[in-house]
Amino acid sequence: MAEGLLTGTIGDQACSPVVETQAALAGAGRLGSRELSRTGHTRWIRICHWIIAVSVLTLAFSGFFILMAHPRLYWGAVGNDLTPALLELPISRNYRHGGWQPSIPFFADAASPVSAVRTYDILNENSWGRSLHFLAAWFLVVTTAVYVLSGIFTGHARRDLVPGASELRPRLFWQDLVGHLRLHIQPTAGGPPYGLLQKCAYFGVVFVALPLMIFTGLALSPAIAAAYPILRDVFGETQSLRTIHFFSFVVLILFLVVHVLMVIMSGFKRQLRAMTFGN
Amino acid sequence: MNKKQVITSRRTFITGLTSAGGLLLAGCSKTLPPTYGNVLRMGDVLTYKARRLLLPAQSLAKEYTHREISSIVAIGTTDPADPRQSAFNAANGATYDRLRSGGFSDWRLSIEGRVARTGSYSLADLKRFPSRTQITKHTCEEGWSAIAEWTGVPLRTVLEAAGILSTARFVNFYPFDDAPDGIDMLDALHPQTILAYGMNGRDLPVPHGAPVRVRVETQMGYKSVKYLQRIVVADEFDDLGKFGNLQNGWSWYAGI
Repeated sequence: MAEGLLTGTIGDQACSPVVETQAALAGAGRLGSRELSRTGHTRWIRICHWIIAVSVLTLAFSGFFILMAHPRLYWGAVGNDLTPALLELPISRNYRHGGWQPSIPFFADAASPVSAVRTYDILNENSWGRSLHFLAAWFLVVTTAVYVLSGIFTGHARRDLVPGASELRPRLFWQDLVGHLRLHIQPTAGGPPYGLLQKCAYFGVVFVALPLMIFTGLALSPAIAAAYPILRDVFGETQSLRTIHFFSFVVLILFLVVHVLMVIMSGFKRQLRAMTFGN
Repeated sequence: MNKKQVITSRRTFITGLTSAGGLLLAGCSKTLPPTYGNVLRMGDVLTYKARRLLLPAQSLAKEYTHREISSIVAIGTTDPADPRQSAFNAANGATYDRLRSGGFSDWRLSIEGRVARTGSYSLADLKRFPSRTQITKHTCEEGWSAIAEWTGVPLRTVLEAAGILSTARFVNFYPFDDAPDGIDMLDALHPQTILAYGMNGRDLPVPHGAPVRVRVETQMGYKSVKYLQRIVVADEFDDLGKFGNLQNGWSWYAGI
């Protein structure tokens, strides 16, 4: 842990475009030469990284199966095949299946809500899908909590993940973005200091996307929603939660793709070794 | 049991730890759903235990206004007398057909198991109990949701009329189709857990579980068993055999 405190190793590392050397040197300037030589990721970060990685992949896999059972997204408290969808995804045979008996209204007025009997045998893998999703969620929730709290209390988040005030300049963002788009990715040893966009990506995943994923997921539970109505007030009702949960998933998958790409381009074997065994 | 046992906070703490440790050994006790050695079922038991340890037992689900009542689909068994339906039971289906043609006037709900007075109730008997009407959200495991108004008698009222024995821990519902399910006593005594005979101001329609279904508002829709025939109060957990959710790969606890 002392090592982590000294060098300020951080969650994940991957890439560092050439334009980042300035920021990298600025970061390194705060560290003594002895600490600088001890780059890499501390043990707790490596453990958290891989538990979260496996959990997220399992959640993405099971979550996709769960979504296939009802590939329609809505906004608000209510959404089903008899109400308009925000988005319909052609990802299973359930997409616009049309297997319904005629609708029967509940009330006399023309705008009455209706009911209809489903005659179609939908694809539904939620028996194992849901249980696997929640099992993986246990690992994600506990590990993310450990990671976020440790990150805050060891100073690792402030030191390595939060972009410094001097870095938050449009010109630097532009430079870093152009550097990435031109694929000027330099081989790195693994670990901080990180580039500007890299910091933003890690910060966004750790402190925004994962917590949003976890809280919208928890709030989807009828038991938790009843116990903590504040979740509904903050994040919205069932179908809004489900839609936010889905778009957070999309953002995380996009991050994952870029993250892995950057790892490959900055020295796949060395990076993998650094995140698994330290240096 | 130590005769001089004194309950101290330390002892309570140790007991708590022991029961927390019991999570990992789920299946050894009949007060929890069995895991059959399946890691997914172990996760389900962990979730169930965490729900009981961490959340208040009787928080109320949100109730909506009449204006918010929405359209709702009918899925699963939508006619227990239809042999094409996957949970069709031939004998019960024929009985259901006969009861339905008589307007369910001969239907009776049997209350059995660990109660002081086993017996049965007609629809008129249930309607004589004080009723509860609630406009709540039905959340289906498939991903959809709907809001409807449900009218019925709190399950608690009926169970108390029958006299719940102090050792009782679970309440199991046997319907006319082959889709039995059960809940624990805390959910059974929840004020919003009702035996619903009315929906949106009318008699409960057949596709939604006529004549009576249970409403469990703090769990997923599939726990709200339709087409009730028998209610069995039990001391120990029962997986309800080959038609129960567990043996079909589904979590028994569905609060998430």
